[in-house]
Amino acid sequence: MHELAICQALLDEVERVARAQHAERVCGVHIRCGALAGVEPELLHRAYEVARAGTLADDAALTIEDSPVRVYCPRCRSESLASAQRLVCSACGEWRTEVVAGHELLLMSVELIAADGARS
Amino acid sequence: MCQDCGCSVTVAERVPVLKPLLERNDAEARHNRAHFDAHGVRAINLMSAPGSGKTLLLEATICALRGQLSCAVIEGDLETDNDAARIRRHGVPAVQITTGSACHLDARMVHHALHELDLDGLALLFIENVGNLVCPASFALGSHCDVVLVSVTEGDDKPAKYPVMFRDADLVLVTKADLLGVLDDFDVAKVARHVRELGNPAPVVTISARSGEGMNVWLDWLRAQRAASMGIAERAIAATGRT
Repeated sequence: MHELAICQALLDEVERVARAQHAERVCGVHIRCGALAGVEPELLHRAYEVARAGTLADDAALTIEDSPVRVYCPRCRSESLASAQRLVCSACGEWRTEVVAGHELLLMSVELIAADGARS
Repeated sequence: MCQDCGCSVTVAERVPVLKPLLERNDAEARHNRAHFDAHGVRAINLMSAPGSGKTLLLEATICALRGQLSCAVIEGDLETDNDAARIRRHGVPAVQITTGSACHLDARMVHHALHELDLDGLALLFIENVGNLVCPASFALGSHCDVVLVSVTEGDDKPAKYPVMFRDADLVLVTKADLLGVLDDFDVAKVARHVRELGNPAPVVTISARSGEGMNVWLDWLRAQRAASMGIAERAIAATGRT
């Protein structure tokens, strides 16, 4: 259950951005999570409910965007979709591929409510 | 408040960030790596399910390398310092990290452990991660290479079941090979095939710390790793103009 540790890292960064923007609170957090990131979105949602308490994001909704696994094949120079368990080229069957998407775990954006008067 | 007409609707502003969630851990891992490189130490992260034989392999390795390469070990467990005590019995420094409820080591825990270790004159630092094939895969420690163990009692489809862990392994060790004779449903070739299907060219080595089978391949791999770190240290010295 490392999702809680990941959520704590996420919320540290969210609060850092919110403070840097002089926001009063956070109302939305958007992340991208690929199937090869080693994180279960459902568990991340549950851990987030616990971790956000008492932070600037304590009523901010978490949106998790999927990132399908894609591999590049240096042999036939094509890019194809793959499953997390089988990262071979779907065009020629080559196994020496490079993962180009699906391994990300990124904080994409945050939605901030400005402090009263901060933007006047 | 809405800035266009002064109504009481609150307007949210979307701020793009585009940053890895584990950026702070990654930065701490880079710090650890710089520390290893400054001392010419090769750091090796050992990961597996609980009970795959990591500690026994380390004990056999330490004994085999005695007088050739100096070793130290960082042990990660939820509770007890039993594993560190086993290592210390061989006269090798060992620092135990007890993580409590945490299911993995992270870069900061390793950094704290490094404060208790003298890296001068050390050739190899083994980091024995918490027994777990899921969580440790997400946290970089700053080690130079990841070694993943799968014992023959576990099943030959482990790499397919835990792709995040096996995809980035630099070496896969199939341990407890002395039991292969009584386990006719474990196929070492299948382990290798699953590893390849993850796009990973890492060697798959069959090994038994108990019988000694495969130990020479593992020890030669470690010697090659050590030689690589010597190269890094020499380049660093050359770059700074020191002799």
